[in-house]
Formats: sequence, C-alpha cells, structure tokens
Amino acid sequence: MLESTKTVDVERVKNDFPILNRKVNGKRLIYLDNAATTQKPKVVIDALVDYYSRYNANVHRGVHQLSIEATETYESSRKKVAKFINSPTSQELIFTRGTTESINLVKFGWGGKFVKEGDVILITLMEHHSNMVPWQLLVKEKGARLEYAPITSDGRIDMAEFERLLALSPSLVAFTQCSNVLGTINDAEKLCAMAKKAGATTLVDAAQSAPHMPVDVQKIGCDFLVFSGHKMLGPTGIGALYGRKELLNSMDPFQSGGDMIKEVHLDGARWNDVPYKFEAGTTNIADAIGLGVAVEYLSALGMENVRRHEVELLRYAFEKLSRIPNLTIYGPMDLESRGGVISFNLADIHPHDMASILDEEGVAIRSGHHCAQPLMEHLNIPGTSRASFYVYNSTADIDAFIGALLKAKSVFCV
Amino acid sequence: MSSDFYRELILDYYRNPRNFGKLDPHDIDARDTNPLCGDEIEMQIKVSSGKDSIEEIKFIGKGCAISLASASMLTEMAKGKPLEWVKGLSRDDIQKMLGTSDLGPARIKCAMLSVKVLKVGVYTYLGAQYAEPTE
Repeated sequence: MLESTKTVDVERVKNDFPILNRKVNGKRLIYLDNAATTQKPKVVIDALVDYYSRYNANVHRGVHQLSIEATETYESSRKKVAKFINSPTSQELIFTRGTTESINLVKFGWGGKFVKEGDVILITLMEHHSNMVPWQLLVKEKGARLEYAPITSDGRIDMAEFERLLALSPSLVAFTQCSNVLGTINDAEKLCAMAKKAGATTLVDAAQSAPHMPVDVQKIGCDFLVFSGHKMLGPTGIGALYGRKELLNSMDPFQSGGDMIKEVHLDGARWNDVPYKFEAGTTNIADAIGLGVAVEYLSALGMENVRRHEVELLRYAFEKLSRIPNLTIYGPMDLESRGGVISFNLADIHPHDMASILDEEGVAIRSGHHCAQPLMEHLNIPGTSRASFYVYNSTADIDAFIGALLKAKSVFCV
Repeated sequence: MSSDFYRELILDYYRNPRNFGKLDPHDIDARDTNPLCGDEIEMQIKVSSGKDSIEEIKFIGKGCAISLASASMLTEMAKGKPLEWVKGLSRDDIQKMLGTSDLGPARIKCAMLSVKVLKVGVYTYLGAQYAEPTE
C-alpha cells in the first residue's frame, strides 16, 4: 500500500491532526470534504488555547503587558499571512471573517464608491454564490449590469467569450482561481492581464487556490485577492482580503466604529490608515493568530509540495475511477489544470444517497449544489457528489473512498 | 441509518414510483422545495364528493431516493383517508412507513418534504393556515 506521495510525508502529517484518530460509524474517518472546510493541526488548536490561557487582551489599545503581547502576535500573524501570498506589504492584508466578508467589503467599499450606472461587472458561470450574489446586489443598487463569462464543455472559461465580454470595458472582473465544483484552475495571471488591458479592476477568489498551491499576488497582478482561513488548516471565522494600497486608500470604509478611525469629533471622523480602516471593532484576534500558525505549517510543507501531492492523489483517483462504469466526472481531466476536487455522479444515484452510504463507511464527502446553482443548471444536474483532498489524505484514503463507492454501486444495483 | 434500508424498500419506489404523474381535474395542488438540496415535490389531490376525504392523489418531483420514495409511499397511504387524517401525520409515522426508526437529522428533511407538501395542500383546502412544527 502506497501511503505517502513523494512530496508529502502523509503519515507524519496525519499525526499532527488529532481529529483524524476518531472513528465514524465504527470506521476510520476518511475526510474528503476539504473544499468545504479542512481539519486543524494540533499547532493551530494549541495556538488558540495558548492565546486564551496566556495573553488574551485587546489589541492596539492597551499599554499593559498582555495587550502588548496580543498586539505583537496579531500583527506578526498579519505579516505571515501577507508573506504567504507575497503581498508587497502587510498593510495591504486585511483580516476579515472569510472570503464572503472580503468580497462584501470590496462590494461595499470599492463598488459602492466607484461603480456607476451603466457599468458592467464581469464574472464567470463557475463562481461560488459568494462571488456572484454580492455583484448581483451591487448592479441592482447602481443600475449597472452583470455579465457572466460562459464555460466550455470541459469546464474551462470560454476564452473567446471572455475576450468578447472584455470589449464591454467592465469596471470590475471577478473570478475564481480554482472552481470549488469543477476543480478547474484558471490562469489568474493571464485573466488579470487581459482584464487590466481592458481597463478593469480585478478580484481573484482564492478560497480554493490559496490552500492548495503557491499563490503570489504580485505575479498574478490582481487588485484584490480573497480567501478563507478555515479552508487552509486555520480556524473558522477568519480570512483575508489583499488589496493594492492605492485602491484600499481610495475606498470607503466597510464597517465603522472603533479602531477604524484616527480621530472622532461631534461633527465627523477621520479614517485610520489601512489596514485598520477596514478592521472596525475588536477583531477576531485568536483566530487571526491561529491562521498565522496555519500558514506557517503550510509553508513548512511547501506549497509547491502540497500542490504536487494533490496532483498525485488526483492521478491515483482518476486511474481507479476510470474503471467504474456509469461514472461521470465533471471538469477538466487534465491534471495540471485541476485542483484536488472531484465532482461526480454515478448512474442514477442521487448525491445525497451517495453521501449517506459513504458516511456509513466513515468516508466524508459533500453532496448537493456546492453553492453554485447557476453552474448546476448549466450542467443540467440537481447536484454532484464531491470528494476533495488535502495534505493529510493518502492513497489509502482514496482506496477506502473507492471501496465505499463500489458499495453504493452494489446497493443501488448499478 | 444502514444501507440495508435502501436495499429493502426504498429503491423500488425510487425507480418505479407509484402514483407518479399529474391529476386532472384536481381540487388541491401544492408544491414545495428543499432549498438546501434542491429536492422538489408537487402533489395534486381530488377530494371526495363529500369534501372530506382524499379520493385520488398523485405527485411529481425530483430528488433523492428517500424524498421520492417517501412521497410515493405517502400517496399510497393517503388515498381514501379523511382529510383530517393528514393533520395528525407525524415524523414517526413517516419513519415507520419507510421502515426505519431513525433517519438521522441530515436525512429526515428529505423524508418530510412530501408530508409538508401534503399538509400545506390540505390545510389550504380546509381554509386553514399550516404552521410547520418547531423542533
């Protein structure tokens, strides 16, 4: 049994994740729902306990020792996360609740100020609802128009159509770097260059890419990039927005209150500098610190290794899955343009029934529309089952997954 | 929930649903969806001449094996029953009908969608407001 890939020592990594020792329905837990959220290594869990048991205090205000320690650790976490995506400065890294809040921040602070009546916003058909609904609301508020770049039959952005839509001179082009359903890895660098040439501001949804591959905002050349901590070994409730400094400086604040102001008088207030202008109120200090530890853990593994590991798992899984008749896999089959996400349907087995039967075998997958209903409508299916991989998954996990799949096949007699 | 549950009863109803189709003319037409998974059930009912019982009932819909089998079995069970009988239908009745004692919180909603549709239809016909029970 090949337990580890050449790039990640899975046995060692697995030991870092306490939850992977638990049993589900009497079976070893095989966690393949990583595109929804990932498990947490002990170092991240310990960082939260350490903060609350040793130096819990509010940041940026107090002059007492605990506040100094909390502020230093919080700000050093910002530096770690900024470095992880190669942000030129850590001031351009704003802590948010996650991808959804980051996108809403841009919608409110940038869109609210700069999008005008008649403007075009261009997104793609493969977006998660979180990179779709905020723009639907914004165009409604502004009398602007939302255009969707269609996708090809193998689940890639239709580049001819994308180019045609760029001719409409959109004010914003927002797209996912990796589809949470199809696994498609979009060439963010190329798309941003094209969008920039058309005069657009760009937003990259890195919720499914930042956890799984090297992401470099300077190389991509985007204006905004957003991601969630919980999908990359970090705690829930924390994520980030990267934004180019000039843009962040020109934007309106998102939420208002304490910490985001420089001075307040009875007739008004002056905004604080970035990133604090966008971090109103007491922020999620503990989880921001946890995210810093998570990106350190990932950096120690090496993001290139993480990516190679998932490609190897994909290759192994595709090889096994290709032997199962009546199995449909959605998205590109070329490993280099695909993240470690496999959405599939087997004969007439409904995804929920599939997920229930797999759960009995201790295999956790996701089923449903994956917050991408327009994409499901386009594919003309009610939903898919989805297995998604991460650093602690081994080829043995894939064997267990395939075994459970064959059981579902036999239960449904297909 | 065990996969034997699928094997024994549900699959046959999933693949060959009884009372599947539209009913014309009908006195009751109700439809609902489960926004979480996109399951969709519509039921049509012809009420007896005495206006107090279910004479004919059919359904259409799409969804998982549990939601479709539940809808199909429910139409079989409801046929000929007094409208008042619908009001008393409980979660336990449905689990018993499906031949299981505990579907679990993740899947019970699939089974209960058709019950909700039936209740909304009958309550509306009776001129009453149906309030979904709180957990």
